[in-house]
Amino acid sequence: MARVMLRAPLSELCGGRSHELEGDTVLDVLAALERANPPIAGWVLDEQGRIRAHVNVFVNGTAGNGRTRVGETDQVYVLPAITGG
Amino acid sequence: MTELLVGTKKGLFKLEGEAGNGGFEVTARAFAGQSVEYAMRDPRTGRYLASVTSWFYGPKIWVADDPAGEWQQTEGAVLPEGDEQALERIWVIVPGETDGVLYAGGDPGPLFESRDGGLTWSLNRGLWDHPTRGDWGPGAGGLCLHTIAPWPGDPEKLLVAISAVGVWLSDDAGKTWRHSNTGIVPEYVPDDARDNPIQHCVHDVRRAPGRPERLFMQFHGGVYRSDDGGATWVDVGEGLPSDFGFPVVVDPADPDSAYVIPLIGAEDRTTPGGTVQVWETRDAGASWTARGDGLPASDAYLTVLREAFDSHGEGESLELYFGATSGEVFGSGDAGASWAQVADHLPPVYSVRTA
Repeated sequence: MARVMLRAPLSELCGGRSHELEGDTVLDVLAALERANPPIAGWVLDEQGRIRAHVNVFVNGTAGNGRTRVGETDQVYVLPAITGG
Repeated sequence: MTELLVGTKKGLFKLEGEAGNGGFEVTARAFAGQSVEYAMRDPRTGRYLASVTSWFYGPKIWVADDPAGEWQQTEGAVLPEGDEQALERIWVIVPGETDGVLYAGGDPGPLFESRDGGLTWSLNRGLWDHPTRGDWGPGAGGLCLHTIAPWPGDPEKLLVAISAVGVWLSDDAGKTWRHSNTGIVPEYVPDDARDNPIQHCVHDVRRAPGRPERLFMQFHGGVYRSDDGGATWVDVGEGLPSDFGFPVVVDPADPDSAYVIPLIGAEDRTTPGGTVQVWETRDAGASWTARGDGLPASDAYLTVLREAFDSHGEGESLELYFGATSGEVFGSGDAGASWAQVADHLPPVYSVRTA
């Protein structure tokens, strides 16, 4: 299972920073994260199942996207983008 | 003591103070760093509701019994799965005429309804599924449903307004809707393109509670009045220094009253000539009078957005409050005769509501 790593406030909504989840792609494991943690619904993925524009994902330290493949020992970091105003 | 809920680019501020005196105090701040488009207190329950858009994590409606305490995320204010679009933001939250009912409007044009005091929401399908929706176009602020005006005492009647689509009316509690922009002239399109009935950039609409068939509208170009519940509109902006502006407010005691804050043209959107003035009518728009005693009279180029003007009370003791994107909030405790700055140095103000 891939390991998804979160920071606040997402980690607070999910009860911890580290979550092991099934899935073949980043989008799969983020959807699994939502199913396992209903309070995070709508935070990382919008209602159409897309990663929000200002949320970044990294797989083992490399920037990825929803289609990026993930394997058994991969680490998926979910981080706010360096944007804002 | 008057309580103001000020939604800003960097959180919600609760201000408290005495009407007519400057220097309200910030007594609570919530949602630091996040855009609070709108916040209000439901007078029936005392519950606070806020629409908050995280730059990162999207728009949500939150509720609290105390704005300085715990806020609870509500459910259901989302667009249908399988649609192309996602909710961009919630612009406004308004109590309905039935116990427990609230309405919320947002971008790209959804109307949501809650029947449990704001804890859960559902999409109004009558408006969302309207056959014209594919032809709706946005204004500069997005495709925003920003005005919701229930009819006092009649939960079946609703008016909403969407920029840049126009006014919508329902007589069956939102099951069916009809557009209603007759008389409004969209001068921003050529003469021969003005017969499109849903291209109207309405900025704000307020209903006179004592005469519900009367409404005042600040349009993208013009101030309008309706005396038939929004079926038809007449231009009553003659005498104002500009036909552009965002909010409109009424005195609940006087259906002939309205207050607007003119801004110079769509290309500038600041107070005319660097002078901040609220303009008042007491004859249903036949004439307008500037009310600026105590407001900045020179070198003040403010922008006041559509949700950033509100009132409290009525008649001679009508309180008026408005905020600017430059972070000031001004107030009057005598129906606009005199003004004072009640807050300064806030983040850009998106909304002001009295509680």
